Amino acid sequence: MAEPGKIDPMHQFEVQPIFDGFTLFGQQISFTNSALWMFIVLGLLYVFMMGGMKRELVPGRWQIMVEGVVGFVDNIIATSIGPNGKKYTPWVFTLFMFILFSNLLGMMPFGIIPGIHPFTVTSQFTVTGLLAAISFSIVLVVGFWKHGFKFFSLFIPHGTPVVMIPLIFMVELLSFLVRPFSLALRLFVAMIAGHILIKVFANFVIQAIDAGGASWGIALLSIIFIAFVSALELLVCAIQAYVFALLTSLYINDAENLH
Amino acid sequence: MPQISQLLEVYGGQFFWLLIVIGIIYFGIARNMVPKISKTVDDRQKRITDDLAAAQGAQDRAEQIEIDYRASINNARADAVGNVNEAKAKAALKNEAAIKRADAAIAKKADEADAELKAAKTAALKEIEAVAAEAAQAIVATVSGAKVSAADAKKAVKAAF
Repeated sequence: MAEPGKIDPMHQFEVQPIFDGFTLFGQQISFTNSALWMFIVLGLLYVFMMGGMKRELVPGRWQIMVEGVVGFVDNIIATSIGPNGKKYTPWVFTLFMFILFSNLLGMMPFGIIPGIHPFTVTSQFTVTGLLAAISFSIVLVVGFWKHGFKFFSLFIPHGTPVVMIPLIFMVELLSFLVRPFSLALRLFVAMIAGHILIKVFANFVIQAIDAGGASWGIALLSIIFIAFVSALELLVCAIQAYVFALLTSLYINDAENLH
Repeated sequence: MPQISQLLEVYGGQFFWLLIVIGIIYFGIARNMVPKISKTVDDRQKRITDDLAAAQGAQDRAEQIEIDYRASINNARADAVGNVNEAKAKAALKNEAAIKRADAAIAKKADEADAELKAAKTAALKEIEAVAAEAAQAIVATVSGAKVSAADAKKAVKAAF
């Protein structure tokens, strides 16, 4: 906790235990604010999906929304993997919806209610890292399961001159191995950056008001800036969820349909 | 940055709860609810496609019925025209035959009349010759007193005719 009267823009990312849990493999598993917000995301997602389960012939607004999201994910799979990709739809759907709901929930202004501290699950490297690791594991398992050692031919693009093969292979292998990190870091950094930016400008507002006088202008300017950054962040929330799902399906495509 | 400074103490809990939540979303929502929603969409699409196909079929059938109807009307019309023509031709033939028969009858009657006329004429001429010969014989006998045989008289009359 920062000293009183000052806003620590990093404080929002701190994981705090709500009640202590148990020990598993030498790790303390406590129920944290992070876990709580994961379950809130789960609950919201469930409520959202239940709204689309009426299965009416002529859909209502809610059903249209749910069907639109499902169709959107199906579309990502169909365009980037093809007809073989149907079996990966659940995972890509899970990724997309979990990230989208976490991102959006983190941007909601629940903080104005005293005692509630919103927490963006996707701003934790542990969370994005695990999601990326699962996606990468799927790529590896599917790749080696389906193609065996031929999967290594992924690292040799078509038409590579024979002398260049060792070098190209190393470069491609490196870029392949970097994928899970870039996947995880992209989402994590995008989330964290927007939240810090908003907090820093919120800090400006408070300090400017404290200073009084002409600083009111700075406070007003900062508030306008926060509004714009918030709008931009809402866009980033959706884009990052889409990018994560799209890149996952593109990577799976490499393993599923080896070029 | 708490994400890094706390990493070692919280990663276990983060992974644990995230796996639970992701697992529930994956098995409960993505594998259970999403296929049903997809199926609803597919069913609706299929229903729309089927309905459109049925409508297309009905339209095709209606068009076929109209074509059949037109064809039958045309056939009937052609039949009627054919019947009329046939009847006309038949009537014409009948007329012609009747005319021919009538012509033949008339011609026969005319020939007969002609022949009768000729016979009558010949008979009349003969009678006239005979009368003339007798008259000539009588005249000669009266005028010259010479006896002229009937044969001679006839010869002379014939020559005079």
